[in-house]
This record gives sequence, structure tokens and C-alpha cells, in this order.
Amino acid sequence: MTDEQVVSATAQSAARTDTFPRLLRVVSLGVGPLVAALVLGGLVLLLMGFNPLSYYAYVVQRAIFSPSGLEATLTRMGPLLLIAASLIVAFRAGIWNLGGDGQYLLAAVFVAAIVPLMLGILPVWTNLLLGLFIGAAVGAIWGLLPAILKAWQGLNEIITTLMMSFLGVSLANVLVKLAFLDPATTTPQTRTLPVEARLPRLFDTSVSSGLIIGLVAVIAVHLIMTRTSFGMRLRLVGANPRAAIHAGLSVPTLTIAVFAISAALAGLSGAVDILGTHGNVRADWNPAYSLTVVPLVFLARLNGFGSIAYVFLFSALTIGGESAARRIGVPSFFSLVIVAILLITLGLAEYLDKRHQERARR
Amino acid sequence: MALFTQSFIITLFLGAIAAGIPLLLAGLGEQLSEKTGVLNIGLEGMMLFGAYTGFLVAWSSDSLALGFVAGAAGGMVVAALMALLCVRLGLNQIVIGIALTLAAEGLTALLHFVQFSRTYPRLDGVPTLPLWPLSEIPFVGPILFNNNVVFYFAIVLVAVFAWVYRQTNLGIALQAAGDKPAALDAAGVDVTNTRTMAVLVTGALAGLGGAYMSIVVAGVFVPFMTHGNGFIAIVLAMLARGRPLWVLGGALLFGGSLSLTTALQVAGVDIPTDVIQMLPFAMVMLVLLVAGRKAALPVALGESFVRGSR
Repeated sequence: MTDEQVVSATAQSAARTDTFPRLLRVVSLGVGPLVAALVLGGLVLLLMGFNPLSYYAYVVQRAIFSPSGLEATLTRMGPLLLIAASLIVAFRAGIWNLGGDGQYLLAAVFVAAIVPLMLGILPVWTNLLLGLFIGAAVGAIWGLLPAILKAWQGLNEIITTLMMSFLGVSLANVLVKLAFLDPATTTPQTRTLPVEARLPRLFDTSVSSGLIIGLVAVIAVHLIMTRTSFGMRLRLVGANPRAAIHAGLSVPTLTIAVFAISAALAGLSGAVDILGTHGNVRADWNPAYSLTVVPLVFLARLNGFGSIAYVFLFSALTIGGESAARRIGVPSFFSLVIVAILLITLGLAEYLDKRHQERARR
Repeated sequence: MALFTQSFIITLFLGAIAAGIPLLLAGLGEQLSEKTGVLNIGLEGMMLFGAYTGFLVAWSSDSLALGFVAGAAGGMVVAALMALLCVRLGLNQIVIGIALTLAAEGLTALLHFVQFSRTYPRLDGVPTLPLWPLSEIPFVGPILFNNNVVFYFAIVLVAVFAWVYRQTNLGIALQAAGDKPAALDAAGVDVTNTRTMAVLVTGALAGLGGAYMSIVVAGVFVPFMTHGNGFIAIVLAMLARGRPLWVLGGALLFGGSLSLTTALQVAGVDIPTDVIQMLPFAMVMLVLLVAGRKAALPVALGESFVRGSR
């Protein structure tokens, strides 16, 4: 072997070992925390006296390998993906919109109150579009106050969005019980949108086309944030607001724009859930999706495509978990525990990775 | 008008205190954390876990004192996780804070379900400790000097914190850990230890506040029962700008907004419970709108401290 060949051979093998660990790193960072969370969650189940293996097997069987379960899983992905899109916009721009629950629920209530009433007046399609618009608008309006306080007064949006969220959830209940009651039933709930007037189903399945809306939204958000100058500006605001000011960007305007988009997407999620799945809002109903989707988008490193995969897994976990609550007796709060553990294992994985990188650099 | 009888006003004030004490305890804790530079979003989780452990121990041991201790210990367990992950390992304080709150919500609901299924056993009322002869003062006596032990403790704590912050070296060290950690480090005080201690104390206080809710106010543990009180306490700490007395004032103000509706119901004015639940949050937003600009936070808040890094 000549020297030259040796050099090129080592360079090649170096390149190979370099790409291989990098792939390994991405996979282990994405999957490792998930596996760890499932194992720790299994320990919790074990301590409660349930068999974790049969629980997980049941969840997977119910939510993915049974046709009706898979359809329910895919249907639920629609609103969850819209929440993910809402969070990705905000987090990439460095804004903590943690008020998704209020934005979602208020939008859902207004959609459920107005759309069934307009059914006789408007054609079905126009009515659905109107519903989607109402949802987005109500969500955006509920995000307005934290946006203004953040943009003009520099007030921490974590607190204000959380407060508005609690306020919104209670207000939604008040509206359902006092203002938007369906006079035809005794249970406190809004009027119900008939099945034939809801979002159309996909092909011959019972999967709601809300899934398509969710997929389009999350991919669009991903492309806007990574491929357009508008997204570039938002990311700059998030990464370094001071530099953004020096670059001549109007940070307050961009902050309000981010809030408007993020909250509108959360509101749209509520609209899609009502128009596609539930048809009405019952009093005290609050799925509280928003905070549970936070770890998923972090796990995907705020990547839209990665979020789709994690949202699918989470959707399956909740659908299977609800079924397991009825059948095996593990309360559905368990998925909350899994999500929390996931956030912690995710943080630990990032920490170990950072330390590993630093050591490798030395 | 029959509305403003003495009994109505006493109900109102007692209610304000009952609803305000958990906020006061948690708010004082959060203020301590924030002073040292740790934004403790997990406060809600610490309160809820303390509410659970406090209730559980008080119920099974028949000892209220043990219940309060267990509540503080429960909050401290969650805080220890927070200290380990955020202060020691430097993970994102907001993400971990959300995680701990979710974990406390899910775990306490699960544990409560496993143990009690769908029943909600009740505790007996908490005895009061009249401070004679002050308790005999008309009107003020029954409100302020015939209350339970935790109430007196919380009030004394306000004074203790005010004294520590203003008069002692410890107070200066706490302040420096939040404003200029590098300077504290150079002065030979371990920043990480200072912050760890602050977070642990916060957890104990939040847990005690939670236990107060479950043992004293409600007499029962219900999943998700803290219902945003931890977050309101964070707002209190932000608005109080490092002054314990302001936390007390704010806690009574928000507690009062909760108890006004209860007192009105007692007086025969019917208000749906959802409206009652909205009131404190609406109040917080109103206060933030008016005084939000003044809500000051330490410079290094939310940033982890790594020795030698800039």
C-alpha cells in the first residue's frame, strides 16, 4: 500500500465511523428516552400490581392492530398534530405558549355552539369552513392578551398563557352550562352537529379528514419555519432577541405574529376535534392535550416530520390506554405519567449526549 | 342590607385566609427559588404531591401534625428531583417543571385510585389554637388569633424571611446566586449548593401549602385539587419583587377573591362554581395588566450555573 492509499483508506474509515455514530446518536436520542420511559412506566405499573408486559401488549393490540382502534388512533392524530404545529411555531420562535388548553377548549365550545345552528342556513361545506375559521379566530383572540403583554411589557408569557388557559377552561364550562345549552337534552352540553354534516371521512374508513388538516398544518409549519425568510426571522427572534433588534427586525410585531399563528392553530385543533369527532361539547369536558404534546415536539427536536411519528405513538398510547382503563382497570391517568417520565428521560438523554460530545471534543 | 353582617364579613376574612395560606406558603417558597435564580414551574406539582402525601398520612395515622410533616416531605421529594435535574445537571427548568407537574398529577391520581378507588374519605376538622387573651378581641380575635398552627407558622415565616433577606449574610448570598452567580462563586460560596437548598425549602413550603389545602381547607384529597394554585403562587412571587410582606398581601387578595364568591353563596347569592374558579385567574390577569411592567425577576433566572463558564 502506498502512503496515499493508506491516507485515503483511513480517511474513508474515519468518515464511516463518523457517520455511523452520528446516525446511532440521532436514533438513540430519539428512541432511547422513549424506551426508558416505557420501562420506568412499566415499573410504576408493576408497583400498582399490574403486569406491564400484558398492559403494553394490550395497548398496542387495541390501538394499532385492531382496525377500529387504528382508525381511532389516526383520527385523534388530527387535533394532536395541530397542537404540535402550534407548539413548534411558538417554541422555534422562543415563545412558551403553554395556554393551548384554553385556546383549544374555547374554540371547541364556540364551534360547537355556532356550527350546528348555521346548518340549515349554509351548505355543509361552507359551514365546515366557517367552523374551522371560527376555531382559529377564537384561539387567536384568546392568545392576544399574553401576546400584547409579552410584546409591549416584556411580561413572561409562561405565566400569562397558563393563567389564560385556566381562565379559558372555566369560561368554556360557564358558556356550555349557561349560554350554549342544547334545549333538547337534559345533560349539560351544546347542540350536536349531525354526523353527515361533520368533516368527511377518508375513503371507506372511519378516519376523519381532520388527519389530513393536521398533517398539512404540521408540514406547512415545518417548511415555513425552516425554508422561508419569515421563518428565519422568527427563529432569529427566538435564538437571540437582541441580535434580532440589531438586525432591524420588529420584535414586538413578530412576537404578536407568532402568538397569533400558534394560538390560531391550537384553536383550529379544537375546531377539528369537534367538527370531525365529537360533534358537541359536554360540560366539564377537557382533554387537556396541550401540555402532553410538549414532550413529543421536544422529542422530535421541533421537527415537523419527527413530530408526526411521535404524535402517532402518543395517540396510540392514549386510545389503547382508554380501552385498557375500561378493560384492565389501569386508569387513563397512566398516559400522563408516561409523558412526564418521557420529558425527564429526554432531558437526561440530552444531558448525557452533551457531556459525551464535550468529552469527545477534548 | 343583610349582606354585610358581621358573620358575613368574618366568613369572608376566614375564607380569604384559608384560601390564601397555601398561596402564601408556596409563594414564599417560589420567591426564595426565584431569588437564587431558579424558576420553579414545578411548584404546582410540589403542592399537589404534598396535598396527597399530607392527606394520606393524616388519614392513615390519625395525626394532623404528621400529615403536615408528610406534606412538606412530599413536596420536598419532588423538589429534590427538580434540584437534581435542573440545578445539578442544568436541564431546562421550564421543561422539567412541566414534567414534574404532569408527573405529580398523573401519579397522585393513579395512587389515589389504587388506594381509594372512587371513594373520597374525609378528615375531621382541624382544631384551632386560641391565643388567649388576644382571641377575645371582638371581630379581629376570632379571625386572627383563633386559627390553626400552620396559619401562625406561615405568618411567622413572613417575618423570618423578611429578616433573612434584609439582615443576614445568607440573604445576600441568596440574592447573589440569582443576580450574579459568578460573584458569589468567587466569594467562596457554592452556588449550586445555595440553589439546591433554596429549591428544597421551596418544595417543603409548597408541599405544606398543598397539605393545608387537603387537610385543613377541603378535608379530602381529590385528584388535580390544587387547580392552578401553584401557578398563581408563581405570579405572586413575581409581583412581590423579593418582598415577603407583598406575598402575604397578594395571597390574601387572591384568597379573598376566592372566598368572596363562597361568602356570597353563604349569604344566599347563587353563583355557579365555574365562575368562582375563574375569579382568581381573572384577578391575576387584571393585576398583571396593571402592574405587570413592575414584575421584576433576577438577572440569571432560569440559567444554570456552570463554574468557570461565561
